[in-house]
Amino acid sequence: MTAVTDPSTSRSKGSSRQRDDLVLDVRDLAVRVGDRTLVEDVSFGIGRGERVGLIGESGSGKSLTGLSVMGLLPEDVHASGSVRLSGVDHDLVGADERQMGRVRGKEVAMVFQEPMTALNPTTRVGDQVAEAMLIHGTRADRGAARAAAVELLDQVGLPTPASAARAYPHQLSGGQRQRVVLAIALANDPGLLVCDEPTTALDVTVQALVLDLISRGVQSRGAAMLFITHDLAVVATVCERVLVMYGGRIVEAGPVAEVFARPRHRYTQGLIAASDLTEVDGSGRLHTIAGSVPAAGAFPEGCVFRNRCPQATDVCRTRPPWTGDSPETGFACHHPAPDAADDLAGGAA
Amino acid sequence: MSAISVRDVRRDYRRPRTSLTKPGPVVSALRGVSFDVAPGERFGIVGESGCGKSTLLRILAGLDRPTSGEVLVEGTDIAGLSERKLGFLRQRLQLVFQDPMSSLDPRMRVRDIVAEPLVAQGVGDRDGRVQELLEAVGLQAESANRYPHQFSGGQRQRISIARALAPRPDILLADEPVSALDVSVRAQVLNLITDLVSDLDLTLVFVSHDLSVVRHVCDRVAVMQDGEIVEVGATEQIYTDPQHPYTKRLIAAVPNMRRALAGAGTSDLLVGSERTGGTST
Repeated sequence: MTAVTDPSTSRSKGSSRQRDDLVLDVRDLAVRVGDRTLVEDVSFGIGRGERVGLIGESGSGKSLTGLSVMGLLPEDVHASGSVRLSGVDHDLVGADERQMGRVRGKEVAMVFQEPMTALNPTTRVGDQVAEAMLIHGTRADRGAARAAAVELLDQVGLPTPASAARAYPHQLSGGQRQRVVLAIALANDPGLLVCDEPTTALDVTVQALVLDLISRGVQSRGAAMLFITHDLAVVATVCERVLVMYGGRIVEAGPVAEVFARPRHRYTQGLIAASDLTEVDGSGRLHTIAGSVPAAGAFPEGCVFRNRCPQATDVCRTRPPWTGDSPETGFACHHPAPDAADDLAGGAA
Repeated sequence: MSAISVRDVRRDYRRPRTSLTKPGPVVSALRGVSFDVAPGERFGIVGESGCGKSTLLRILAGLDRPTSGEVLVEGTDIAGLSERKLGFLRQRLQLVFQDPMSSLDPRMRVRDIVAEPLVAQGVGDRDGRVQELLEAVGLQAESANRYPHQFSGGQRQRISIARALAPRPDILLADEPVSALDVSVRAQVLNLITDLVSDLDLTLVFVSHDLSVVRHVCDRVAVMQDGEIVEVGATEQIYTDPQHPYTKRLIAAVPNMRRALAGAGTSDLLVGSERTGGTST
């Protein structure tokens, strides 16, 4: 990695926007456990009211990135780099639990994949929603918080919210529980909502309802959103921008319409082709990516995708530099798929 | 003769009693389901949690019994047969489950897992057959000596498929076989299943909650809701011209890349269903 431009510097410079516009500013985030690196050189920003998708397969480091933003990494897992949130005067990386406790649930909130483990089984759901407001002192007293909780439960579409507030989590269905988790997350109008696979455990018609509630809840509050999922079609429906992660790095980023219509990184290209169940090759078979995702920390040196990439050559043993004006748009690939503009230029020459 | 013929099958479960004086309430998981699957056909069953699709599959596999109705597999009614007389079914019909980790014994080597149906059937030369099967599902010969935890999710599903094919069945039942897999591996396993089904002339019954997967794999599909089949027909026709309101909702609810890039938002996923919440504020 000596001869090529250092990717970390090429990614940090030339940020397209001022830091002040950003709700979330992640710079050079790395996550390590022992001597294994699970996430590396992750830099991105999210502007006010912007909805950004973070996609990748299991083991790509997308959930660790989300947990780093929330300061919820497990004990022996360590983050380095910088995570700044607007309205918070300290860095979230390295912040102690008391500092994070003031930020979590107020400036940034999270919707998890499994609502049963995110809720307290021994407390009525209305009290759990009210608790989020009482802890941060955003409502004057218990009575006001309870009233606000019923209103929030109504906003997330629970039928008969007043009686739903008195229910325990086990008395609700999976979709209803996820709505309660969403009500808790939105209770203090956070500037940023982090969603980690919020609908993966739900049926498709329930998923449709919850996705609609999430995007309306976020939009009506002008909140920004980081939406983590492995489902490309969900990101295309919910988000404006997308970050593609593989092997603990962001390998491609850009507006949804651009990245999904004209992917440049070979991994993004393969992922889109493999997700499309209506496209088949000459013999009627689906397009695939060879091999499978390596175990955490076992990705190859240089380009993390090179052992599965049909285009890989010797140059892929070196780390591909970031191509693009900013961390928000670009890709890291030695042999990118041709751009439409390049085709025209090539044709003219 | 149909490979599978299901006639007015009901399955009632009695819930645990909640009162000392009254018996527990009865829940109907299947309320009169009928359909036929022709030999060599690829038949899909689509529905959401609780619609009865897994109960139906368990009944087809002889793992559960209907409360009433007939289930004919290659002409034999299996609904009333005792466990001992179901031996023929275990050879003719095999299952692939959703979660390969919980359906493979963690303490058995792959060789023994794949050979187990052959032991049960009393087949000789098992090692040769195991090697043949591993090759057919795209696993290396040395995999035979390893344990399930040493494989990735996609490879484990290949092991399940090899085990299912061991007794040379005519009918393969697959219960959400790719739902637990990553996108890049899902396509590989779907290709393997469709290749094997056409190479071996298998009849396939494929259960999934994902209509787009069923659309790729199956010729015909039945849509289930609340223990009943609400619509059945050619997959392409059901997908492009659904008749039942539930089918319409189900198709609209699946996020679709092309529709999204053409500007569809989350509200377009709710076509045909009542939008709830947020209206009062």
